[in-house]
Amino acid sequence: MSVPQTTPSQTVGPYFSIGLPWGDGPDVVPDGSEGAIWLRGTVFDGAGEPIPDAMIETWQADPDGHYGTPGFRGFGRSPTDATGAWAIHTVKPGAASGQAPHIAVAVFARGLLKHLFTRIYFADEAESNVADPVLAGLDEALRATLVAAREEDGYRFDVRLQGPDETAFFAV
Amino acid sequence: MRFRRDEDSHPPLDFEGYRSTRLRHPSQLRPLTQTETELTAPRLGERPLGEHDHDLTVHGQAEPLGERIIVHGQVREDGGRAVPGTLVEIWQANACGRYLHAGDQHPAPLDPNFQGAGRCVTDAEGRFRFITIKPGAYPWGNHPNAWRPQHIHFSVFGRAYTQRLVTQMYFPGDPLFEYDPIFNSVRDPNARERMICAFDLSSTRPDWALAYRFDIVLRGPEETPFE
Repeated sequence: MSVPQTTPSQTVGPYFSIGLPWGDGPDVVPDGSEGAIWLRGTVFDGAGEPIPDAMIETWQADPDGHYGTPGFRGFGRSPTDATGAWAIHTVKPGAASGQAPHIAVAVFARGLLKHLFTRIYFADEAESNVADPVLAGLDEALRATLVAAREEDGYRFDVRLQGPDETAFFAV
Repeated sequence: MRFRRDEDSHPPLDFEGYRSTRLRHPSQLRPLTQTETELTAPRLGERPLGEHDHDLTVHGQAEPLGERIIVHGQVREDGGRAVPGTLVEIWQANACGRYLHAGDQHPAPLDPNFQGAGRCVTDAEGRFRFITIKPGAYPWGNHPNAWRPQHIHFSVFGRAYTQRLVTQMYFPGDPLFEYDPIFNSVRDPNARERMICAFDLSSTRPDWALAYRFDIVLRGPEETPFE
């Protein structure tokens, strides 16, 4: 079998905010959408310091569990601020193809030579989470790193790139 | 359908020569079987673009300083299939090697006529074309006398989330290649070559701009044996 001749990944570097953030990047759904929530979190490095030059991208199904529904962007993009915080304005996805409701996440940063893939699951979907094939492949501590906690206007999902509470990242 | 793994094309997450990886690389990646989530992608090619978003040289009161160049190419999948209608975003330093960014303290001038960001959507054959300025090399703090080779950052989506790619395009024959840990983080010399654009005389515009071609190859579907 031939060797893949793909273009290598390189870091986004420290200056990606020139080119990548969009005014409406965090808005997976427009203001005032029914059932809209905020997903918020902080990205931390291996010393526990927040990372101010990271970017989170999200991709998800619509509330009925369908991908690529016309009119539903499904995609969010948020750079982290000076405190390492990011935020995405969206709606909770429905369950898709035998999986618990989840949102795919890609993490970019200076110092990351290739983006990292992880997933957000939801603390209030305990029953479907138990049956989810991706979560099932992880031990309890790792599973816990993927479950976003309920907050007043949405959910919280912190990303830890390294260390004892390191987020589960996937080779996709 | 699944997309073939291509780990050997990419840098390791932990690369000693690039200091910023030290506290930012996870200890391991866990296996994940591609699902509908990974096999679908946002249709960002449908986002409205400005008429001049692909031309980084027309957003000031006058032309930016530096060498005007055309950068064009094709986005395709490993295996050859073109990727039409996908969003391509670029950002870069100006001709003096200075980014329009508060964090860039390199003592080289900013150019009031150059912001350094562009975007376009690939056509039916997966092709894109930008007009820009050749970026300068610039120093950085990774190690004593560290300089980045001239490069343009590229971000591409593809038709599946697994194909997402952010890379850097380099220019042929740059004397800084051998000293740059980011370029050399890609361990396979053949793969490194795939980040270097090619001078393309046939696409130059006489009396106006030279041209470079940069083809971007995303992951392709797994081959079906014995078909």
